[in-house]
Amino acid sequence: MEKADLPGIGVRHDVVTASGRRISVVSHRSGERELAFFDRDDPDACSDSTFLTDDEAEALADVLGASLMLGELVGLRERAAGLLTEQVAVRADSPYVNRRLGDTEARSRTGVSIVAVLREGDAIPSPGPEIVFSAGDTLVAVGTRSGMDAFIRLIAGDSG
Amino acid sequence: MNDTTMLLIEVGGLLLGMGMLGRMASRIGMSPIPLYLLAGLAFGHGGLVPLSAGEDFFEVGAEIGVILLLVMLGLEYSADELVGNLRKSALAGVVDGLLNALPGAAFALLLGWGPVAAVALAGVTWVSSSGVIAKILRDLRRMGNRETPVMLSILVIEDLAMAFYLPLLTALVIGAGLVEGARTLLIAVAAVLVILYAALRHGHAISTLFSPREPEALLLGVLGLTMLVAGLADRVNVSAAVGAFLVGIAISGPVAHHASELLMPLRDLFAAVFFVFFGLATDPGEMVPVFLPALGLAVVTMATKTLTGYLAARRAGIAVSGRWRTGLGLTPRGEFSIVIAGIAVGAGVESQLAPLATAYVLITVVSGPLLSRVPDTAWFKARVRRRAATA
Repeated sequence: MEKADLPGIGVRHDVVTASGRRISVVSHRSGERELAFFDRDDPDACSDSTFLTDDEAEALADVLGASLMLGELVGLRERAAGLLTEQVAVRADSPYVNRRLGDTEARSRTGVSIVAVLREGDAIPSPGPEIVFSAGDTLVAVGTRSGMDAFIRLIAGDSG
Repeated sequence: MNDTTMLLIEVGGLLLGMGMLGRMASRIGMSPIPLYLLAGLAFGHGGLVPLSAGEDFFEVGAEIGVILLLVMLGLEYSADELVGNLRKSALAGVVDGLLNALPGAAFALLLGWGPVAAVALAGVTWVSSSGVIAKILRDLRRMGNRETPVMLSILVIEDLAMAFYLPLLTALVIGAGLVEGARTLLIAVAAVLVILYAALRHGHAISTLFSPREPEALLLGVLGLTMLVAGLADRVNVSAAVGAFLVGIAISGPVAHHASELLMPLRDLFAAVFFVFFGLATDPGEMVPVFLPALGLAVVTMATKTLTGYLAARRAGIAVSGRWRTGLGLTPRGEFSIVIAGIAVGAGVESQLAPLATAYVLITVVSGPLLSRVPDTAWFKARVRRRAATA
């Protein structure tokens, strides 16, 4: 992350992606935000830019923020030996659609904990047993390899 | 009809016409400044339809226009930005001054105009138009570009340099001797340093005079303070414009933000009046003989300005295309050049300076934005690539 002052106008923040592209956000002092993509041929010029309203910027930040949290959870895998984190989708044909988290009895049956539910771009951290699943939810689960395999089968409805 | 009736008719008609011109200008993506100047030329002395009653209004309005232009400029910058830029880009500022002010001064001396007019013309060719350039950057979607901070910091340095240049010029044009000139310059330097120090350390103290929650009181208060300080500065020959600029810098935070929103419409009105007034005071007939010299001066100083930007961008590690964008983007001169010429002409220095400055600004402010677009053309990009391939 690189920061450059634009005297009289505002501030620009740059991010260079691993793929070598530069993205910048210009925060105008008037409150406007401008998102710009840099040209591949010319490292100094933006090839396209767009203004974002407050709502649009907030929505974008939410989506990016949720996936960021997920990335951090995935990082747990390396830190806690033997434990792994996976995202498991609740498909429309899952027996647990429209049923409560508690009904899965996942922890007692497989030893896996559901640490978050991702729903329509929002992350619901530490869901309680009363939360009701919908088709399209993604469950972030932590457990051992064998437990995780059992959990995936359980949610998919293959456990017999 | 009495004078007031005539004043309403003339000023109303002219403002309406300017509104239409401004609309046309924004439709074809150009700055309205040249059109305002042309409108002034058309209705001034020796123009198509000379105005009679409206002139007093335009004279006072123009004075307020300059003050508002400068206070808004001051409000846009925070003291931190000014000091930070001064540290970072002082060298670029000095190069900019030498490359662009000296040709103007040399040109005036070549025309046999004497040293005071030379100092004035140096200022006219030196300062780029922050207003026009900020608009170009926005229109061409270059705010996110990496060379943009380089351009902006050159503009900031120029604007800050004006705080020292204008008092010096004011002292020179009223025929003050070396001692008097040195004295006003000293006052100006001291005033700028005190204001910068106060704004950096006790920025909130001045701003607590006003509340951003009461728009009406804020508008009257800031406008009053600005005009008062401008008048006092003028009284001690430090130039009203600089007084206004310093008030703008001294006000900070939310008060500055709200004040600039409130003053914006007033600035737009009175700055337009200022450009028209400058045109009014200039006889279009006098522009004909100075047109070719103005064109020559424009070509030379647009080239030196391009070089200034090119070098500054290269020092900042910007690639070739970006260097050209910086250089060509800085070429338009505008409000400041007219302010400087206005100060000199108002004091009776070299009558040809006004038509020359008008023609000069007209040329640069029309061709500058067009030149700024050149680096975006396919032709230019192909050329840069070919150069890179052979190098």
